[in-house]
Amino acid sequence: MREVSALKIRIRFGKQGALKFIGHLDMMRYFQKALRRAEVDMKYSEGFNPHMIMSFAAPLGVGITSEGEYFDIEVLSTQDSKTALKKLNDAMVEGVQVLSYRKLPDTAKTAMSIVAAADYELSFKEGYSIPKTTEEFQGMIEDFYKNATEISIVKKTKKSERELDLKPLIYDFQVSEREGKPIFYLKVCTGSVDNIKPELVLSAMYERFGLEYEPTAIQIHRLDTYARNETGELVSLEELGEDIV
Amino acid sequence: MNSLALSDEILMKIDKPARYIGHELNSVVKNPRQVAVRFAMCFPDVYEIGMSHLGIQILYDMFNRREDVYCERVYSPWPDLHKIMKEENIPLFGLESQEPLKDFDFIGITIQYEMCYTNILQILDLSQIPLLTKDRERDMPFVIGGGPCTYNPEPLADFFDLIYIGEGETSYDELLDLYIAWKPSGKSREEFLHEAAKVPGIYVPSLYEVSYKEDGTIAAMTPKYEDIPAKIKKQVVTNMTEVVYPDKPVVPFIKVTQDRVVLEVQRGCIRGCRFCQAGMIYRPLREKNVERLKRQAAIMLKNTGHEEISLSSLSTSDYRELEELIEYLIEEFGSKGVNISLPSLRIDAFSLDVMGKVQDIRKSSLTFAPEAGSQRLRDVINKGLTEGNILHGSGLAFEGGWQKVKLYFMLGLPTETEEDMRAIAELANKVAVRYYEIPKDQRNGKCQITVSTSFFVPKPFTPFQWSPMCTKEDFLSRAKVVNDAVKEQLNRKSIKYNWHEADVTVLEGVFARGDRRLGKAILKAYEEGSIFDAWSEYFDNDKWMRIFEECGIDPDFYTIRTRSEDEIFPWDFIDAGVTKEFLLREWHTAQTETVTPNCRERCAGCGARKYEGGVCFED
Repeated sequence: MREVSALKIRIRFGKQGALKFIGHLDMMRYFQKALRRAEVDMKYSEGFNPHMIMSFAAPLGVGITSEGEYFDIEVLSTQDSKTALKKLNDAMVEGVQVLSYRKLPDTAKTAMSIVAAADYELSFKEGYSIPKTTEEFQGMIEDFYKNATEISIVKKTKKSERELDLKPLIYDFQVSEREGKPIFYLKVCTGSVDNIKPELVLSAMYERFGLEYEPTAIQIHRLDTYARNETGELVSLEELGEDIV
Repeated sequence: MNSLALSDEILMKIDKPARYIGHELNSVVKNPRQVAVRFAMCFPDVYEIGMSHLGIQILYDMFNRREDVYCERVYSPWPDLHKIMKEENIPLFGLESQEPLKDFDFIGITIQYEMCYTNILQILDLSQIPLLTKDRERDMPFVIGGGPCTYNPEPLADFFDLIYIGEGETSYDELLDLYIAWKPSGKSREEFLHEAAKVPGIYVPSLYEVSYKEDGTIAAMTPKYEDIPAKIKKQVVTNMTEVVYPDKPVVPFIKVTQDRVVLEVQRGCIRGCRFCQAGMIYRPLREKNVERLKRQAAIMLKNTGHEEISLSSLSTSDYRELEELIEYLIEEFGSKGVNISLPSLRIDAFSLDVMGKVQDIRKSSLTFAPEAGSQRLRDVINKGLTEGNILHGSGLAFEGGWQKVKLYFMLGLPTETEEDMRAIAELANKVAVRYYEIPKDQRNGKCQITVSTSFFVPKPFTPFQWSPMCTKEDFLSRAKVVNDAVKEQLNRKSIKYNWHEADVTVLEGVFARGDRRLGKAILKAYEEGSIFDAWSEYFDNDKWMRIFEECGIDPDFYTIRTRSEDEIFPWDFIDAGVTKEFLLREWHTAQTETVTPNCRERCAGCGARKYEGGVCFED
């Protein structure tokens, strides 16, 4: 049997508003149907129940919005990026937007296997009290992160508790002000080995300063997802592909 | 994007928040301020069940084609959210606009099974609308019911302002136009109901009075006004090919029961099984034109992106253009990874060939519904399937590589004897024997025969509407007879036997042939916390029995009592096409163990011919 050649495509999308309540598995199902609607010439697996070849980068928790979600697909043929983007966006529901459609080198590894980091904005939702001023938060971050040599926390999972040093897993942590309210920026280690959720960092800092962390008060928004290039720098997953013209 | 009715805090706390946020693909967005009528279409069960229902998709599409109507969907909040909504006094809302139902003009509720009756009250209660029709004020929504249980709506008479008898495609325009004229008129709610009662198919329970005899049966049911009909005529679509059908069904985010395109190939059934209500009330059989079906299949697959299409009807093998339709679907979509699902197909060489092409034989199982174990009893219930058909079909299937067979039966059918019960186990054994006739080197290990029995509930508008039902104890002892007989079979290790719950069947039987006097028990059960009775984890039989007693209701009156042939039934005010004379004739024929030919073989004169369409006028 002749191997049908396939092209690897990386798709970036965002989701916002009510769509943040759609979980990861349901988003996968959503895109399987959306790719059909957009008539993308998908490659299917062999076997009796062929399925689309599709791989998501890093699952997003329920309640989080994003503009930096990725999945890779394999297609048998493709249109240029601009046309494909338009067709895909015509097939979207309000609240999901496809942001890029790029061809990957044939040798590219799947997004999932190379994810190394993600960055986030954490803001206060309407109607919740803000325990500190932006300046006070700035001071807290200095103490908790910038000047610390180690950030020891106990990470609880369903099965176990383990001690963890957060410091090397946080790549950036800042606070600034937007519309009169503090907004945090966090870049953390992401992937299958050490996967750090942004709320873990923020709640650890709250705890350090005796503040009560209220998860529903904070809206988390993922900005982008990253891999490391040959020189070890973090680059956006999108940059590993190129637009089809 | 609309803001959501529920806060993030609530949505993060409850199970499956996607049930309540709307925004699904193909859900309709309109400005509620720019329509004359806001209609909430409700399936009173959880989202995943309700979203799988074809009828709602059809009516949702039909209503929203009108510019002056905005139809939204609503389903039962699961008990976790129910509790929060009650505690925090949050009104139930439409999924599309996320706005309270109490500001709508109509709440339309489809009533698909008896065990959802308390969920209907849940919907009204959470909507903050009075539960009883008599307590509703002029500007409150009108509550209208539809669906199969409305062929005996009487247990729900206290709660519904209007009941639509028959297929929704025909009379809604007239009703909505009447409402639009009434709304600014200053006329009373009662005046609207009075006018609505003249629309074909519309029943207004509060405008009819029921009197009872000393023995508890009905003496008479009389309209309060002379200008409203004493008999309500079931509404039927005569031209199935031209009737509206959604091009863009709503596609849910979460996995629902029916996660596929549903193509309705025909409505009604020619078979006339005597226990089957659907086979009677949807008469006459009406087929859709195959070319239209092909177009609809293509459009719906394109607009949804679903990876599966299901051909839906009561008996798809009776659709005369089936081969052509299936060939088209395989040809056109098979290579695009679209699965074709074929429920309710008779097992024969053709269907096995088709299934072999569209399913994974090793994983799929074949389903037969003989309904009764012996030929004698199958003749009583007019189920045409013979033992020869089943053994021949399963033989072909086994030779084709299948090894799983499911057999469905009912226990407690009229005239059933112990011999009939034992015959269920014997038939299962014969199917297994047929499998082991295949040489060892050509078969794939053991076969799996799954036998399932449900308990028979006599339903209105069937020939068995006169039949007494079994008691709970009787049902369970019948299941034990089958279970013991299974254990005696040579191939018992290849046979697995499941039976249904008996408590809930008895309650279903009470409501199925119940009357208006049951309303107070349903109300009390809801007030005492009953919801989701169709879900065994929430069903509390003892509570129901206590409430019946407190309300002075004897469940046996509705279930095990033998009804006389001249009894006036609570549902006799409905003209369902099939006549009471025909049903009685069939009831008598059943006693003589005689089969009545299907509609295509010979007309049985059931009465549905007056609708002037479908199978009655084929050729």
